[in-house]
Amino acid sequence: MTDNFIAGHKGRSLSWQIVNGAVELTLHREPCNEIGSLMLEELEGFAKALPELANEAHALVLHSAQPAGFCAGADLRELYERSRELGKSEAVRGVRDFLERIHRVMNTIDALPITTIAAVHGVTFGGGFELALVCDIIVADRMARFCFPELRLGLIPGFGGIPRLKRDLGNAVVRDLLLTGRSFNVMKAQQIGLVSQIAAEGEALRIARATASQIGKFDRATTAAAKKFVKPIPYEELKQEIDIFCDLYSQPAVEEGLRKFVENETLQPYLP
Amino acid sequence: MPTTDQTLDEILNLAAAHFKVSREKLTPDGDFFKMLGIDSLQALDLLTRLEQHFRIELPDYELQGVSDFRTLAQRIQSRL
Repeated sequence: MTDNFIAGHKGRSLSWQIVNGAVELTLHREPCNEIGSLMLEELEGFAKALPELANEAHALVLHSAQPAGFCAGADLRELYERSRELGKSEAVRGVRDFLERIHRVMNTIDALPITTIAAVHGVTFGGGFELALVCDIIVADRMARFCFPELRLGLIPGFGGIPRLKRDLGNAVVRDLLLTGRSFNVMKAQQIGLVSQIAAEGEALRIARATASQIGKFDRATTAAAKKFVKPIPYEELKQEIDIFCDLYSQPAVEEGLRKFVENETLQPYLP
Repeated sequence: MPTTDQTLDEILNLAAAHFKVSREKLTPDGDFFKMLGIDSLQALDLLTRLEQHFRIELPDYELQGVSDFRTLAQRIQSRL
């Protein structure tokens, strides 16, 4: 079957198009789709286009074209450089503004009336994990790894991760993942109920597309009603998360944690 | 249950095959980052493959400071 493409958008860090009735958002910023100001700006553009795109599609598929993984999370180098350039209070204001903007994007995707699927592989860490968590369904390549490493930096996840993880999983599991900062594989992720389907290496996008195709058989209004019923958005906790993140960000431990990460010249920056 | 030496042997075979390095060039006590020519992302890839091969969960903090196959084998052995 020939794929049916309609006009889309190609940006510097991400692109989107409608393929066979599903919106496909492709992240393609090197090295691993770190979310900094460029990616945020382009995600905002995508969120703005979403209502119109959703009218013409039955599903949204998020995936990465970077071999290293789905997304390594926030751009820590940019965060560190901004925090050094600006005074402390201005840096905190800047971080709050960034978080409020990324939360608006995440909430827009979370609240979409169409079914959303994250097709993940490789590194799905921090903000990347949080981006996957806004989706209704996660399809994961068997080599995917998930992690909330923020405590290593003296922070908590800031893109909505904790409220959304609490929405989907038991609190003991949330504590384990958050408080140890360990990464875990797809078997564990499926065992705890996070991952819906496991794909062979390189097959996550194909399986996500097949799932999107199945979803296209259903009535849109029914899907929207079902989704609204089973997937409440924890707005209050999301706001609290921003406040806690900003409080922590103003502490000296964070700059030291960021400095260690950025200046790490060993081969192990992604290991604790 | 396999012995630690058997576990070590399986790790060396798996690493050599996946990263396309001659098995003879891998030594139990050498630095596997250097011998395999891998970075931290590829080390996570190796960890995932080892977890799947041995059907265990090995938190990455157990690999902190570990860069030789023998210690890696001991960490895995303690979870078999």
